[in-house]
Amino acid sequence: MYHTGNLVKDLAEKHGRKRESLMPILQDIVRKHNYLTDEAMVEVATELDISAAEVYGTASFYTFLDTVPRGKNVIRVCKTITCSMKGKIEIINAIEETLRIKVGETTPDRMFTLLETNCIGWCHKAPAILINDMPYTDLTPESVVDIIKDYMRR
Amino acid sequence: MVTLKINDHQVKVAEGTTVLDAARSLGFNIPTLCNHQDLCVAGNCRVCVVEMKGARTLIASCAMPASEGMEIYTNSLKVRNARKHIVELLLSEHRADCTKCYKNQNCELQTLANEFSFGEHIFLDLVAGRPYEIDRSSPSFVKDDSKCIRCQRCVRTCAELQHVSAIAVANKGSHQKISSFHDRPMSHVVCTNCGQCVNRCPTGALVEKTYIDQVWDAIYDPDKHVVVQTAPAVRVALGEDLGFDPGERVTGKMVTALRQLGFDSVLDTDFTADLTIVEEGTELLTRLKRVLVEGDKSVALPMFTSCSPGWIKFIEHKFPHMLSNLSTCKSPQQMFGALAKTFYAEKRGLDPSKVVSVSIMPCTAKKFEADRPEMRSSGFKDIDYVLTTRELAVMIKQAGIDFLSLEDEKYDSIMGASTGAAVIFGATGGVMEAALRTAYEIITGRSVPFSNLDVVPVRGMEGVKEATIKIEGTKEDWKFLEGAELKVAIAHGLVNANKLVKAVSTGKASYHFIEIMACPGGCLGGGGQPIPTNMEIRKKRMEAIYAEDTHMAIRKSHENPEIVAIYKEFLEEPNGHKSHKLLHTRYVKRESY
Repeated sequence: MYHTGNLVKDLAEKHGRKRESLMPILQDIVRKHNYLTDEAMVEVATELDISAAEVYGTASFYTFLDTVPRGKNVIRVCKTITCSMKGKIEIINAIEETLRIKVGETTPDRMFTLLETNCIGWCHKAPAILINDMPYTDLTPESVVDIIKDYMRR
Repeated sequence: MVTLKINDHQVKVAEGTTVLDAARSLGFNIPTLCNHQDLCVAGNCRVCVVEMKGARTLIASCAMPASEGMEIYTNSLKVRNARKHIVELLLSEHRADCTKCYKNQNCELQTLANEFSFGEHIFLDLVAGRPYEIDRSSPSFVKDDSKCIRCQRCVRTCAELQHVSAIAVANKGSHQKISSFHDRPMSHVVCTNCGQCVNRCPTGALVEKTYIDQVWDAIYDPDKHVVVQTAPAVRVALGEDLGFDPGERVTGKMVTALRQLGFDSVLDTDFTADLTIVEEGTELLTRLKRVLVEGDKSVALPMFTSCSPGWIKFIEHKFPHMLSNLSTCKSPQQMFGALAKTFYAEKRGLDPSKVVSVSIMPCTAKKFEADRPEMRSSGFKDIDYVLTTRELAVMIKQAGIDFLSLEDEKYDSIMGASTGAAVIFGATGGVMEAALRTAYEIITGRSVPFSNLDVVPVRGMEGVKEATIKIEGTKEDWKFLEGAELKVAIAHGLVNANKLVKAVSTGKASYHFIEIMACPGGCLGGGGQPIPTNMEIRKKRMEAIYAEDTHMAIRKSHENPEIVAIYKEFLEEPNGHKSHKLLHTRYVKRESY
């Protein structure tokens, strides 16, 4: 849980209070806090004078607008056919072993969340993952562990 | 004008007319599901597809404007095959337990299934494997997603007509569903229980919570004395569910039917509508006096009416800082309930714990209102069960009553007498008109200055209406109002209420008295009224309401002899001590989501 403080008000000032500002505001909140709390969604609804159900409807449509708590670094492993054929399962196994969590879970220190994602467009360099907004490609079980360890040191 | 051909018949239609309407004007019926006259075009169910010469794919006729030279086929082989598959696909995601469903025989999807899909289904049943929870949290309605075909009529209703959007489309693909904020129970979100979505749902996904069995149990219980009250708008709509055309007044037949069902006393909400006018009119005049004469800054103006429980919940959620503007008067239903177990029980020598109070309402929000903790001032639950107009029609059918051929009978007494001012409560502007008829007369001793008492400016279907009444020739007590202009406004449909209240709240408009009804057209277009309800039908019901008013012997609330008597025998004076205990209430602030 986090408190939004003045964030939503500031974002509404920045992006405007029209209906089309909804997406950029939600994206900026997620950029900062990794997921949307109920409190944040209600505040956005109030600022834009739309209903909270509408905000939730939009947020729940987009996979990258999470409405459940996420870690500081969100790892998304591509689950689509090319990455699957090129060793997605081994990549996931390596990450699960390193972080001691399963797909869908978050580490107790809230540093990492492990998820699967649909195609991220790196089929030619499969298998691929995203960590936050950064793609990592041509992975092996060894290289992915190195990348994660690098994030652990940050 | 554009000319097009439909099934080889030439037709000329105005620009902007949809292919659907053009076809219907020729008598070619095209089935629809997501389409509804009150709502914007959605084009998502695809049931209305037709073939257009030269087009590669079929088009949704509800969403396609007719254009010059178009050639349309509404019943080609391609169309029939597609339509069958579309209906089958919808059915594959619909829990079709029709014989157990409350909407059985009254379901638009079922009607289509009858026409297009019999025998073995082509597609897999996708409902069986999915976990569905039925949301029964609201006392007013039940939401069953396993029957939802995601046509989104409810979503559009909640947004376009009511500006509430308690429900929206959430998730995507096969996970798509109609959801409240974060899937909370409907009782814990901004939903006003108005039931407009229930009235428009083409399946059994949204239905009123029914209390028919509980009412039968009470009727059959020899220890119980069951009283029933009927709201003004029920008498002009009930007939639609029982074989009459829209706009038929069935007051007398309804009374006869209720008696045949076995109610011990058939009484009228119109009686307490008259009482509401006396209480609310007095409250308005008192507020005006305190502001204008005594300069009391603690008194809030404009005063809002408080008869519509959907509107009450709306303001509690959306404008909690304006609750002091609401009249403290209970709605006629709840005034009736409080009196049924006090005054009525006393007069009839009944033990109030044995009195069961049932009301027939055009409304689903009334079920919620009856459940409010504030509504127990008789020492019991003031109203035990609320049935919608539709539920009453079901009971009449269950009892095997031939409604069409019933004789007219009259309401019982006491609490059965009413005036024309009460029956117009059922139409938008009606409470205002009734209040003006009484308030003007209290102030001046003369009738309201409109021919035949018809306060025409407050009538009609316009979303927000305004009127100004100049007060002249006041009585001694009301000298301070001499020459004053009483400014009033009326809104119906919460989308209009929102506009009006916002204008008042930001100081852009100022009035003394505002009537608000949650549903389009007022109670006559309520969520508990027969299905379908649309503009044409609302207008017919409205004409019937005003005809009912014109035919009443007495047309001013304060002249109702039973009202005069109840003040003499029981209540003593308007807004007096007893009134405040039984007939007035308070409101609560609610969350914004």
